[in-house]
Amino acid sequence: MAAMLQSIGVASASVTFSNHTNKLTSSSVHSLPVIRSEARTISGAINGSRKTGKVITKAVAAQAESPASAASKPGHELLLFEALREGLEEEMDRDPRVCVFGEDVGHYGGSYKVTKGLAEKYGDLRVLDTPIAENSFTGMAVGAAMTGLRPIVEGMNMGFLLLAFNQISDNCGMLHYTSGGQFTIPTVIRGPGGVGRQLGAEHSQRLESYFQSIPGIQMVACSTPYNAKGLMKAAIRSENPVVLFEHVLLYNLKERIPDEEYVLSLEEAEMVRPGEHVTILTYSRMRYHVMQAAKTLVNKGYDPEVIDIRSLKPFDLYTIGNSIKKTHRVLIVEECMRTGGIGASLTAAINENFHDYLDAQIVCLSSQDVPTPYAGTLEEWTVVQPPQIVAAVEQLCK
Amino acid sequence: MACSATAKILQPLSIRSAEKSQSCSKMLSPSSFLGSTPLPKKLFSVNKTISPLARRSATIVAVSSDVVKEKKLKSTQNLLITKEEGLVLYEDMYLGRAFEDMCAQMYYRGKMFGFVHLYNGQEAVSTGFIKLLKKEDCVVSTYRDHVHALSKGVPARQVMSELFGKTTGCCRGQGGSMHMFSKEHNVLGGFAFIGEGIPVATGAAFTSKYKREVFKEDCDEVTLAFFGDGTCNNGQFFECLNMATLWKLPIVFVVENNLWAIGMSHLRSTSDPQIWKKGPAFGMPGVHVDGMDVLKVREVAKEAVSRARRGEGPTLVECETYRFRGHSLADPDELRDPAEKAHYATRDPITALKKYVIENKLASEAELKAIEKKIDEEVEEAVEFADKSPVPERSQLLENVFADPKGFGIGPDGKYRCEDPKFTQGTAQV
Repeated sequence: MAAMLQSIGVASASVTFSNHTNKLTSSSVHSLPVIRSEARTISGAINGSRKTGKVITKAVAAQAESPASAASKPGHELLLFEALREGLEEEMDRDPRVCVFGEDVGHYGGSYKVTKGLAEKYGDLRVLDTPIAENSFTGMAVGAAMTGLRPIVEGMNMGFLLLAFNQISDNCGMLHYTSGGQFTIPTVIRGPGGVGRQLGAEHSQRLESYFQSIPGIQMVACSTPYNAKGLMKAAIRSENPVVLFEHVLLYNLKERIPDEEYVLSLEEAEMVRPGEHVTILTYSRMRYHVMQAAKTLVNKGYDPEVIDIRSLKPFDLYTIGNSIKKTHRVLIVEECMRTGGIGASLTAAINENFHDYLDAQIVCLSSQDVPTPYAGTLEEWTVVQPPQIVAAVEQLCK
Repeated sequence: MACSATAKILQPLSIRSAEKSQSCSKMLSPSSFLGSTPLPKKLFSVNKTISPLARRSATIVAVSSDVVKEKKLKSTQNLLITKEEGLVLYEDMYLGRAFEDMCAQMYYRGKMFGFVHLYNGQEAVSTGFIKLLKKEDCVVSTYRDHVHALSKGVPARQVMSELFGKTTGCCRGQGGSMHMFSKEHNVLGGFAFIGEGIPVATGAAFTSKYKREVFKEDCDEVTLAFFGDGTCNNGQFFECLNMATLWKLPIVFVVENNLWAIGMSHLRSTSDPQIWKKGPAFGMPGVHVDGMDVLKVREVAKEAVSRARRGEGPTLVECETYRFRGHSLADPDELRDPAEKAHYATRDPITALKKYVIENKLASEAELKAIEKKIDEEVEEAVEFADKSPVPERSQLLENVFADPKGFGIGPDGKYRCEDPKFTQGTAQV
């Protein structure tokens, strides 16, 4: 399973490169040179002459690249958590005000090793090991941000940040407004979330739905090493408080990313796979389930367009809208709970803005409204699986 | 009258039982300022225990250290303040009182709404501490924050406008009574939930330490966190006491213990009502001071603030004080015993300071009256200014939600929503 995830990761990562320059928005960050190490144009051909199958083989861990071929390829290969660390380190080098607060981020290097080695390099004050007091150290980050620093708060598991909800909602989100614009809170709140491998209900929470109503914060979810590093850097540079959602199961994805510096836009979605028949909107780990389903769908003759929405708040209605105008059918696949989740908000937003372009009702596949069970089989049925996605697309495209 | 400040510095691991009571019980006349002799620095290392069963009641059980008792017998030639300082303190306390009284009037006339929490009676704490600070030092408060903002230097007209909800208010009318912020004067709020501001204050103190140790700047900025007795049962309080001592942050935790959290008596909600004892439990000095006496508060504040400036870490100061009005203007204030209120009314900090200044010939009655007149005019002028100021336009609605308005996202037309002309009119769909 891990290998498959890895393979899908690279497959989709290679595809993403082809679309970075197609945006028409005013932000120019994505016009930084993008290395196309695996540029594949996915043609609209429906009848089987798929090349995507070939891409997978590259990612199999067992296959070693010969030094010569590795050296000739631009960029460098790393795992997602290393990409996050690279982004973090570059920003800490660039701006001495950037600091990290969290449990076990310093000497231990972070529960998922995102901050490994940084305490040795920058000192105990810049990479601060906090006692177990989420509400208070998140509040400390707010106070530090108000007085000039740029702190990054790591929740050892995103679920722990529920203890910091008071500070995130009232202080991170609101203080810029209630102070009449006098104080900015340039914090980044990040951590691993999502359903893992039998971690139990409390360690498998999806907080995106709980935080989404908080006015004044932005939320982004990363899914590949490339966008993880780019979004991390963008979040740190942003003057707004940003919540960056990482996923426990994606930390070991491997990808080749550019050597040059790049920053991604926090508000834009990512075109993973262009298509004609149906728009599939997804984010984080579900991207990989969707891409796996896409293989099956393509073999069955469908041509899904897959978009990784990345920006959970606000939604990139431009990319999403353009896609809907082309395909007229929408399927949302998410790991959030059904009730009040990101999918629910997205459905509402699409209905409001693009109702005339829809040929069918929006279908939203989310996790069951169930505390994630421990048992492996039950856990599998809690989240959306590729066969369900395939069935939904078939139903939608009837 | 409760006298002196009792303090302990316990090594974090010392085992000290607080059963033995070695306190003296004295009922002293309300207006004698025992603190009129300088309290020595040694005060902070006096080890006195008082019984955990001692309860504050109308008969004040006072605790004094032997050191202060001795000093009392000496002559009181050394005054604690100069004339200039005395006048500054008087003016600041009178401003706080006049302003709050005017707030009450304006509220009942329908000029301000919502929850308004007045500070009458507690002026000695705000003045005693904040008048020692520099402009760069930070102050964090709770919803009872008007006077903290005024003491720190925010002009009365800006605070009054904010209360009226006008654009000229210190937070453009967006904060209100409970959210006074000023970047210029480093007032970091103004928080509606109690306990919420203490971590923010801890963070500001952290920045001060960071500037010293990472940026290698010569930074000795101090942060003061003001909060009440009710907050001292809240988790964030204890979490911050721990972190502040752990990292030796330059912060002073000032507890304004006015015995009442709306209608909940401190004695009914707290297992050990002596809040100053919670400091040593975390390794920082805990000091108890008479919060109705601005000179005593100032002496304790001087030591606590300079401790923080020297980098020796935090201090917990419990100020025994009282609010003359209800919790807020909406509180009928029926639960408090009239005898208790009457007792504290006789300990009004402003009358006490006035008496001290006149008795010690620091200033004449006429000079004080002139200050009062000046302040009354200033407050009147603040009200006029606020009345005349414009209410916010609709276009202000969406400003300041994000520091970077790109955070509103990209609209269906591909442009950032903040570029939409309707956005600046406040009618954009976000």
